[in-house]
Amino acid sequence: MSTLSTLPTPHPDTDRVLRRRRIRRTWGQPWLYLPLGGALLLMIAPFLWMFSGSFKPEADIRRVPPVLIPTAPTTANYGELFNSLDFTSMFANSVSVALAVTAGNLIFCSMLGYALAKLEFRGQRAVFLLVMGTLMIPGLVTFVPLYVLVANMQLTGSLLGLILPFLAGPFGVFLMRQFISTLPDELIDAARVDGCRELAIFWKIILPLTKPALATLGIITFLGSWNNFLWPLVVAQNESQYTLPVGLALASSGQSFTRFGILLAGAVVVLLPVMLVFLFFQRQFVAGIATTGLK
Amino acid sequence: MTSMSTKTLPGRGDTDQQSTAGPERRAARRGFALRVLARGRQARAAWILAAPFLALFATFMLLPLVWSLLMSLTDTSSADLRTPLNVSFIGLDNYVRLFQDEQFFTALRNTAVFVLVALPLTLAAGLAAAVALDRGIRRFRAVFRVGFYLPVITSIVAVAVVWKTLLEPRAGLVNLVLGWFGIDGPAWLADTRFALPVMIVMAVWRNLGTVMIIMLAGLQSVPQSLMEAAELDGAGAWQRFWRVTFPLLRPALLLTAVTTGIGYLQFFDEPFVMTDGGPLDSTLSATLYAYKQFGNGNYEMASAASYVIFVLIVVLTVLQFRVLRDKD
Repeated sequence: MSTLSTLPTPHPDTDRVLRRRRIRRTWGQPWLYLPLGGALLLMIAPFLWMFSGSFKPEADIRRVPPVLIPTAPTTANYGELFNSLDFTSMFANSVSVALAVTAGNLIFCSMLGYALAKLEFRGQRAVFLLVMGTLMIPGLVTFVPLYVLVANMQLTGSLLGLILPFLAGPFGVFLMRQFISTLPDELIDAARVDGCRELAIFWKIILPLTKPALATLGIITFLGSWNNFLWPLVVAQNESQYTLPVGLALASSGQSFTRFGILLAGAVVVLLPVMLVFLFFQRQFVAGIATTGLK
Repeated sequence: MTSMSTKTLPGRGDTDQQSTAGPERRAARRGFALRVLARGRQARAAWILAAPFLALFATFMLLPLVWSLLMSLTDTSSADLRTPLNVSFIGLDNYVRLFQDEQFFTALRNTAVFVLVALPLTLAAGLAAAVALDRGIRRFRAVFRVGFYLPVITSIVAVAVVWKTLLEPRAGLVNLVLGWFGIDGPAWLADTRFALPVMIVMAVWRNLGTVMIIMLAGLQSVPQSLMEAAELDGAGAWQRFWRVTFPLLRPALLLTAVTTGIGYLQFFDEPFVMTDGGPLDSTLSATLYAYKQFGNGNYEMASAASYVIFVLIVVLTVLQFRVLRDKD
């Protein structure tokens, strides 16, 4: 701004130039708000449709052409969802599977991540390459034998069959190793000089310092497990083991158009917890995604 | 340099001078000795820390990986789940059978169309959103960011259900809006011309947020001074983007292209929930084909198909590295 006053000859219309600069500083490029706002509306339209549809009474659902705002909002869809489809137990299944998978990944991946980042041992490189090499292998490739394996372990009838194969994944190792590598070696050396035992160093010194990475990994793993569909669909043998996506998909596949409001209510139940978690932890989450993406 | 070396030599006599450098040196030597001594303990600790992960990894990743390959080379029709090893090797016969199956080619073609159209669109849309948000928008940035990212975190099944109702020919929102403009919308998912394009649009909608977030982080690491220097040199906005911003974004773009590409090649949930591969196999993807083989008890065909997809993923990834890698 000060450069303006030092210009040899002031601009003939200084006021306008200043005003335009002020607008640009507070708003950026004002003309961009319209197209971006339109794009934003397109992005969230399905969510608006979902919420409005889940409160629509039967009459509105059958109406052609459709109405956007329910004429007489009702929670009947939710009531039927929880009574007839047993969404309560599906919800509990989804939560317990996601929590168990998340806990497993946080523990096992940070342990190996620390060993790979800071400890010296024979075979370190081999372990690293082996684990990282599987990072891009699609789940589908191991799918069939994994099913045979889990079936032979008699686990297809229990939630354990949904949890065990996902307890430890290469992505978590990658993330934790990257993060722990950035912690100073001196910290570990100092602890050793003070007589701290190796495993205690990990537990008491490293783990508390990795909280940001653990938070990122935790959120990503929880979301991944919550939204996982194919595996629980195949392994779950009866309704008592269904997770939310499985229950929702099966409810929707054999459907007639009359169940439309219930399906949208089901979609809300599947999405709402995740949305709330995301809106709440948005900053940490985005930061985590961005840093893993850039390294 | 010479004075340094005389100082640190363990010479007798000039203890006064040595006292300044001594403790450091001694500490370093002790640190080294400690490290040598600790190496054994360290290795033991490392293996203790690695063991649980490696046990799970070997059981649920490596074993199935090898098993799957063997399975694709055997005839499992005589075996059942309880006796998975009671099979005979038949070499590449399953792969031959696979490539003689016209349905598999349809599935491959659909997957190829999906990846080749959806991947560039997703990358372009995500990049455009990131650039617009980074340079053009100052107010409500968080609102835009959250809105564009929201589809990423949602369950694909829930999303598929919602889109299915959106696309309902008579009572859906899409045809209602088209009707306002006097357009008679088709029966999207029941129409062989539109079912796959609809899923491409869905994929772009769902995934552009990931690209945007990673690109935004990349854009923030572009030094402002570099942009100003380019501006002073007379580079226009377009030139600044292609000459300054884009090269710096290339590693991030490569990463998102690879991860999104891997995901797209395994395209499954949307056709499974929305169309079951139909109408007339127009949305049958390679993964859905493998899944159907699995469902019919043709484990060996399912394994062979998934290994074909795996090879395609490797090929796509290598190609992307070739195209997008930094050219030094």
